[in-house]
This record gives sequence, C-alpha cells and structure tokens, in this order.
Amino acid sequence: MASGFVNWFKFSSPATFYPVARTIGRSAAVIAVILIAIGLYMSFFVAPTDYKQGEGYRIIFVHVPASWMSMFIYVVMAIWAALGLIFNTRLSAMMAQSLAPTGAIFAFLSLWTGSFWGKPMWGTWWVWDARITSELLLFFLYLGYMALRSAFDDPRRGDRASAILLLVGVVNVPIIYYSVQWWNTLHQGATIKLGEESTMDDTMLIAMLIMTLGFWAYSIAVAMMRLRNVILERERSAGWVRQMAGEGL
Amino acid sequence: MLESLYWVIRRDLTIALRRRSDIFTTLIFFMIVVSLFPLGIGPEPDTLRLIAPGVVWVGALLASMLALEQLFSADHRDGTLEQMLLTPQPLAPLVIGKVVAHWLVSGLPLVLISPLLGLQYDLPWEGLRALIISLLLGTPTLSLIGAIGAALTLGLRSGGVLLALLVLPLYVPVLIFGAGAVEATLSGLGGDAHLRMLAAILVASLVLAPLAIAAALRVATD
Repeated sequence: MASGFVNWFKFSSPATFYPVARTIGRSAAVIAVILIAIGLYMSFFVAPTDYKQGEGYRIIFVHVPASWMSMFIYVVMAIWAALGLIFNTRLSAMMAQSLAPTGAIFAFLSLWTGSFWGKPMWGTWWVWDARITSELLLFFLYLGYMALRSAFDDPRRGDRASAILLLVGVVNVPIIYYSVQWWNTLHQGATIKLGEESTMDDTMLIAMLIMTLGFWAYSIAVAMMRLRNVILERERSAGWVRQMAGEGL
Repeated sequence: MLESLYWVIRRDLTIALRRRSDIFTTLIFFMIVVSLFPLGIGPEPDTLRLIAPGVVWVGALLASMLALEQLFSADHRDGTLEQMLLTPQPLAPLVIGKVVAHWLVSGLPLVLISPLLGLQYDLPWEGLRALIISLLLGTPTLSLIGAIGAALTLGLRSGGVLLALLVLPLYVPVLIFGAGAVEATLSGLGGDAHLRMLAAILVASLVLAPLAIAAALRVATD
C-alpha cells in the first residue's frame, strides 16, 4: 500500500490541479459525446414505443437522468463544501462553485422536459406534484447558492458563507422532499407516478442508464472547464498564472 | 452559560422596547398582507375560509422574513457583535438568546394578532385554536432558520433580496405543516400529526441552527 500511496493534498493546490483538470475534462468530454450519442440513438430508435404513452414517453431519457443529476450534484457540492470548511482548501470551494451552474441547468432541464412531458400525458403544463415541486425548490436552492456566492467581494469569505448555506441546504433537502410529498398526498389522495421503473422494458432501462452515465461525464467535463476558468480568475495574481500568461500558453 | 443567555435576551429586549415602532411595522405589514387577499380574490366566505390557513401562514412567513434584517445588522454596525464573538462564552447560547429575543418582539406579536385575522376569514373556533398553536410552534423555527440567512447576508450590499432568496425555500416545510395543521383541523381530520411535526422541526432546528448561525457570524465578522 505504501508504494501506491497518493498524496491527495498535493492536488488540493489550484496550481497542481490546473493541468490535471484539463486532462480529466477532455477525457470526460470525449466519453460524454460517445455515451450521449449511443444513448440518444438507443432512446430514439432501439427502445420500443410505449403501449400506453406512445412516442411522447421518450422525453424521459433526458428527463430522468437530468433530475438524478440535479439532485446528485447538490450532494456532491455539499461534500466539497464540507471538505473546504474542514481542510480549508481553496480548490474544494472552487469545485463546488464550478458545479453549481451545471446542477442548476439540470434542475431547470428536468422541470422543462417534465412540463413538455406533462402536456400530452396529463393535459397540463404544470401539476403541483410532489416531485415537481421539490425539484422547483431545489432549483431555487441552486439559485440562492449562486446569488450568495457572487454577492461577496472577497472570494474566500464567499467560499465559506456559501459552504455553510450548502450544508444547511443538504440537511433541509430531505425534509423539504418528504414534507412536500406529504402535503401533496394529503391534498389529492393518489398521485400520478412519474417513473414506472419496475415495468420498464430492458432496452429502455439500458438507454436511460447510458444517458445517465453520459450526463455524468458531461457534468464532469463542463465542471472541469469551468474550474479552470475559476482557477485562472481567482489566482490571476499568482506567479504561475502570470508566468503561463506571459509565455502565451 | 444560562446567565449569558439571559443577559443577551434582556439586552435585546431592552433595545427593542426602546424602538417600539419596529415591532409595530412588522405587525402592521402582516395585517395588511393578510387583508389584501380578500380584495384580490373576492369576499366569498366559503372561499376565504378555504384559503385562510395558507394566507395567514404566508403572511407570517413574509413578515418574519422582513424582520430578519434587523436581527444582527445594528450589532454588526456598532461592533457589539464582534465583542460577543470575542467573549469566552460559547457562541451558540448567545445566538439562541438573540434569536429568542427577536422572536419575542417579531414572532410572538404575529401569533397574538392571528386570531383576529382568522376571524376576518370567518374561521371557526377549532380553526383559530389550531392556527394559534401552529404559529406558536412554527414562528420560532422561522426565526431560527431565518437567522442563518441573516447571518450569511450580513454586511452584503444586496442583503435584503438575497435573504429572501436564501430563506424562503427553507421555510417550505414549516409552511406546509403549519397551514396543514389548520386545514386538517377544519376538515375534521385533526391537526395533531402536523403540530407534532412542527414541534419536531422546532426541536431539530433549535439544536442545529445555532451552530450554522455561529459559523456564519464568524465568516461575516472576519
């Protein structure tokens, strides 16, 4: 084990991680393009037509992975925030910062595709369904995080304040989710279930999983690109950035 | 520790009672917001009875949010907050003291005036009782969660609007169970389950929120 030991703190410095981010981002981008191409092909041409919902159901191949990613990214951001608070590493906060817009976009995409799916299936653009409502609140939480982050002039103070907000948010998300669910069932009795995974055709499930992995790779790729920009912007007075800019790389 | 808690509450109450107009502004805002809904929706008693729990609760939410900005700002401006952070006392009890004092002057008046507003909406007696109890259990949670937002936005330029953006999504569970308690009582289901959830949320936030508030205050006074 000792020989394979990696000093992770070495990579917690923006200067050492900057080139690594480029490698990770580029490979993730390639993987994302391949996976999403396969996933889209499968979801449009391989997966059978749903006997109840017709062709319109195919929107779930974007909708479900986007919802999953929006929730997952928030948790990942909270983990980075906690790491940043515990170890006082700048890179962790930058990581959370670079993930936020992607998470918000996925939350928005999930609402958008959901309402496009709801119009033909339920006959309405918007239903106060428990999942839709909690997704909307998650979207607001992302916006709140980004607004708080950008309100600080001093990025280090912004890092810590927004990290606290993320941790408060991640404690609250399950409470919000269950309270909304309870509120909904109390109001309307049985609700319409969005996903019926258990009755899903195998090719549908595989297509959805491939799309999810593709979205995952996309998130990593975009977050890494954004991270590089964040690093350059925030470390612009550091020697290594000046040196690199001077050399015209 | 309890002594410091007592003195913080006493100090904040003394200051608040010397500037009584702030208390009344929050209260009047609450009353105006709640009175606006019938004007927008129409005076049908049946409709009003139906929306009463939600309207009163949303009004209370907005009113307690508006009062939050004053929670730390004056102490921050004149340096008292910094002195508080420098005392050897643990910060959490001091923070709880400030929140309790803030609730006494901004939350409790809302609870006390709520039956009057409920009568405007023609709520029956059981509904009024559920409204009072739910507000009594819910508004302290609003103050606790809101204090996190107030501490995070302390000293920022766009503090007020930002505070609303941060705090309102986190208020949702309290709103749901608070208005739900009244509604369940009115429909004959009994609001006990909702009230217990409100109490549970209050206990949980009483334990966890002071830690977050204290951490946020340390960032703000950096």
